[in-house]
Amino acid sequence: MRDDLLAKKTVGLKPSGIRKFFDIVADMKDAISLGVGEPDFDTPWHIRDEGIYSLEKGRTFYTSNAGLKELRMEIASYLKRTQNLDYRYMHEMLVTVGGSEAIDLAMRALINPGDEVLIPQPSYVSYEPTVVLADGVPVFINLKEENRFRLTPEELEAAITPKTKILVMPYPNNPTGAIMEKEDLEKLVPIIVRHDLIVVSDEIYCELTYGGKKHVSIASLPGMQERTILINGFSKAYAMTGWRLGYACGPEPIIRQMTKIHQYCIMCAPTTSQYAAVEALRNGDPDIAMMREAYDERRRFVLHILAKMGLPCFEPEGAFYVFPCIKEFGMTSDEFATTLLKEEKVAIVPGTAFGDCGEGYLRISYAYSIDDLKKALGRLADFVERLRSK
Amino acid sequence: MNTLKERILTIIEKNSRIDTAELAVMLGTEESEILDALQELENDGIICGYHTMINWDKTGIEKVTALIEVRVTPKRGQGFEDIAERIYKYPEVNTVYLMSGGYDLMVILEGKTLKDVAGFVTNKLSTLDTVIGTTTHFILKKYKDHGTIMAKKREDIREIVTP
Repeated sequence: MRDDLLAKKTVGLKPSGIRKFFDIVADMKDAISLGVGEPDFDTPWHIRDEGIYSLEKGRTFYTSNAGLKELRMEIASYLKRTQNLDYRYMHEMLVTVGGSEAIDLAMRALINPGDEVLIPQPSYVSYEPTVVLADGVPVFINLKEENRFRLTPEELEAAITPKTKILVMPYPNNPTGAIMEKEDLEKLVPIIVRHDLIVVSDEIYCELTYGGKKHVSIASLPGMQERTILINGFSKAYAMTGWRLGYACGPEPIIRQMTKIHQYCIMCAPTTSQYAAVEALRNGDPDIAMMREAYDERRRFVLHILAKMGLPCFEPEGAFYVFPCIKEFGMTSDEFATTLLKEEKVAIVPGTAFGDCGEGYLRISYAYSIDDLKKALGRLADFVERLRSK
Repeated sequence: MNTLKERILTIIEKNSRIDTAELAVMLGTEESEILDALQELENDGIICGYHTMINWDKTGIEKVTALIEVRVTPKRGQGFEDIAERIYKYPEVNTVYLMSGGYDLMVILEGKTLKDVAGFVTNKLSTLDTVIGTTTHFILKKYKDHGTIMAKKREDIREIVTP
């Protein structure tokens, strides 16, 4: 094949660390996994039922590019009641194919070649490639465990250059489970404003915070709505990953450009999913509460078992992951995860899949039943004990 | 009802065999608190028993379950209490509900054979002087019982590793 056949930019993208690990796991039939980044709950039946009903009624056509008006109105009312944010559903909102599409659109709508995008890591895998594909320059901020993986004003200030345009805010965080509270965000605001940055705030896990700490959107702070693209979706809160539905809200000029790209590439988000999502927003609050309770119970359970193993782990307050430190064993995260998989047949994702600074950590997902967690963590405990006795 | 008790009930309703130490960890409290709460719930008659969900169909042991609609004449001053008590005292009677609508009491009965059930209805239930009529339905198959789907075990069909 010709050397110049493929796009250099795409070929140059790093393969996802998750993908690499997946290929190893896929060969093992009997491995048990704590590696999944999606809820174990089924989508609540009343939501599925609305999807089915919409199909029965023949709602099988495109919706408007920005999404069903009904759905956007429900999103507006959701953001009003949870964050006291006012978004006009007509011009400041776009329904997308998952939060991922919204991230991609935001980058493509904003970045000119050479613009720098600040990406705090460890964080979700798609920020870096979407920046690169949009000809931006990803600049990583290495979050620290001693700060509970929160972004500090010093770290932010130090990363800013005259070329910085965007700050990605990945909270509640996958893979660390970290959250940013209101006072943490408030310290960042003057810096963001002074340097005239746009914030791409990925709030897909916003409903999953624990210990009575409610998520605060950075867009809700004074002066921030006008410079924030708020990204959210239905995957985590309503256990709707396979429906592929998310949304972006932000200033009209940015949403207009994002909608233009969306219109050419996607046309509209899946119609069935949009009808189901209307039901989710209208009547799904009890489901969220039920799932949040269950996650919280598992979170405490996992932290307790890790503490018994003596694996240091900061207490995560969001999402459904814990991020224990394995530096004591003198292995890389990759080595640890691969050996654990081979010897104990447990799949846990190495922290490095979420950025180089995830080295020395593992991401354990607790989107599993207590019984599954017990079994898998039992094997991890055996493995850890064996390593220590060597 | 405090929230701790409510959480305990929600969890043990699904799994009454859960370890109390584990329950304490999950709910972020001490085991002694859990034990005290359970004791109180038992004393207050809120927890009335710890039963096991059994799919008898799979055991090969013959059992029939009947759902019987009973119409009765309520007694002056007693209402339905008296007749309900007469019926629920039979050990073969599993469940007795007072109903709104077309009949008064719903009685769920378990017997070894159809004959057993028929015998109970004709000899014991129908002969009670306040009972004015019965309609017996036999349960052919249980798909879901007490919120548990009997037919198949839930499988994890998610991809094994995802971001």
